[in-house]
Amino acid sequence: MLEGILIGLQTALSLQNLLVVIGGCLIGTFIGMLPGLGPMSIIAIMIPVAITMGDPSAALILLAGVYYGAIFGGSTSSILLNAPGVAGTVASSFDGYPMSRQGKAGKALTIAAIASFAGGTIGAILLMIFAPMLSSVALLFHSPEYFALMVVGLSAIAAFAGKGQVTKALLMTVLGLIMATVGEGALFNLPRFTGGIMDLQSGFGFITLAMAMFALPEAVFLVLKPKNLGDSGGEIKDLRITRAEARAIAPVIGRQSIQGFFIGVLPGAGATIASFLGYAVERNIAPKHEQEEFGQGSIKGLAAPETANNAACTGSFVPLLTLGIPGSGTTAILLGALIALNVTPGPRLMIDDPQIFWAVIMSMFIGNLVLLILNLPLIPYIAKLLAIPRNFLIPFILFFTLMGAYIGQNNATELLMLVGFGICGIALKFANYPLPPLLIGFILGGMMEDNFSRSMQLYGGVSFVLERPMTLGLLVIAAGLIIVPILRTRLAK
Amino acid sequence: MALDRWIALILLGICIVYGYTAWFTMDAGLAPFMRRNPIWPSSFPKVLSVLGILACLIILLGLEKGEEKVGEIDHRRLGDYFYGQALLLLGLMVVYALCLRPVGFLLSTSAFLIIGSCVLGERKWHIMIPVAFIATGSVWYLVQEVLGIFLRPLPAFMGV
Repeated sequence: MLEGILIGLQTALSLQNLLVVIGGCLIGTFIGMLPGLGPMSIIAIMIPVAITMGDPSAALILLAGVYYGAIFGGSTSSILLNAPGVAGTVASSFDGYPMSRQGKAGKALTIAAIASFAGGTIGAILLMIFAPMLSSVALLFHSPEYFALMVVGLSAIAAFAGKGQVTKALLMTVLGLIMATVGEGALFNLPRFTGGIMDLQSGFGFITLAMAMFALPEAVFLVLKPKNLGDSGGEIKDLRITRAEARAIAPVIGRQSIQGFFIGVLPGAGATIASFLGYAVERNIAPKHEQEEFGQGSIKGLAAPETANNAACTGSFVPLLTLGIPGSGTTAILLGALIALNVTPGPRLMIDDPQIFWAVIMSMFIGNLVLLILNLPLIPYIAKLLAIPRNFLIPFILFFTLMGAYIGQNNATELLMLVGFGICGIALKFANYPLPPLLIGFILGGMMEDNFSRSMQLYGGVSFVLERPMTLGLLVIAAGLIIVPILRTRLAK
Repeated sequence: MALDRWIALILLGICIVYGYTAWFTMDAGLAPFMRRNPIWPSSFPKVLSVLGILACLIILLGLEKGEEKVGEIDHRRLGDYFYGQALLLLGLMVVYALCLRPVGFLLSTSAFLIIGSCVLGERKWHIMIPVAFIATGSVWYLVQEVLGIFLRPLPAFMGV
């Protein structure tokens, strides 16, 4: 391993590759801040650039830098504008955005930068140690386990529900799942619930729904209640985190780095599930008085998803590099880039092309460090975004919301859907229905149905639950996630 | 009836229509060989419709006890808020969506940003107009020229 690390360092620390990783991180951060352009689209756009570079190590280093940068950039728009451009950063807005509204935008961005750095770095260390071992564990997961994992993810909605809100949260989850069934499913290849409308053939767009449920109602609420905006006036009073705050988030970062990494290893799970589960777990294990702070600007609630999504991004490289199986949409695009560069990822990659394998791992360390060094001094300037007068800022938020939906699908009908869903989102928010569960249900719905259907076909019914111990175990955990908060509330009474 | 129950009632209607489609109409055109499968395209939606209807009924009948919580904005005091501006902006978004292709990105976006600021009460035209044009041009250049995503810049009749 030491030899591999040295080879990786030699490759990653060459002047060309250092510039490549810095450039990748910067491009990723700035484009990632635009709602609607997530890591997947940015990497897809950068592939031609990477391929023209010719050197597979440099190409992969560039794309990995872009990936990390985009995740961090996405967190910035989540925290400052409540406009998460990608599913993986939705959970960061739950506490990040309330923090910036309380005038703690600088602190929120600092926590996000540190948590991302820690999650990415610890993830890279774990990747180095566990890559060969974990590939065999990931192979044990089949459709029933994936289905059960999705149920665990959805059960985590208990974390978002307050007192008397459990049914509302469950209803929103079901509504999200219902929306995910519109269009052609991957397994049946039949259009469902489209009403003959061609634009619904491929289902609702994730970005459109995310924008409609988060950014649009938020912008409209800023119009309805102007004092919500500019509480901080863009002043960064407390950029530094105190010793007590550092002590509070340190264990969260430690736990979520490990949990996020292992979730990222599972193909299909990725940063989204990792961030939601991270948030849910930290909320559930927090002391009761701290639980109430979640969703109101809790530093733990921000550190958990930020750490978990970065660690999961690193973890998602395990099946790609060791098995040649992409664990997420983003790594699927990376796989395409590698094949275009005549590199075949898989168990032989470490033997045949060790410089590529280790250079990528080393570039993860460098990329995370570069992101921290670049972003910490930039935070006061990034947070100045909040100082822009409301009359200018709101039309821009609405414009970026519209652009996010339009760029994703290149279809003007999507914009009308965005406004329609946005009005529904505003009504739901008025009635105090929690919106995050709807989006979680929508994101996981397709994958959940596919895995459920495959399990049913393989086992000829629901017997897979009893026949596969890991599935049963995960379903028991899911039940626990719902029952424990209810019992806690009852015992407290 | 509280607003959350009205919404639950609307959602109940949606779940019933969804459930009716899943239980009674979806499987009509199913090929005979697919009928022998343990899972049908309607299986998952059937489960979801039942769950949705149950959740709506629990909210409608008030079976889950909890304190009544007022949301971020109290809808009963809507008169205290700037709802006129909000409605105008939503209308402006619809107009923008309809104009984006025929009018072109540069004109429709600049107009959207200027009118949007104007609706919110801004009258500093010397700032609004240059900011809108510069921002529109920069975004168009970034999206179309750098990222390669097509955005028609000018009106369709100009042939661009």
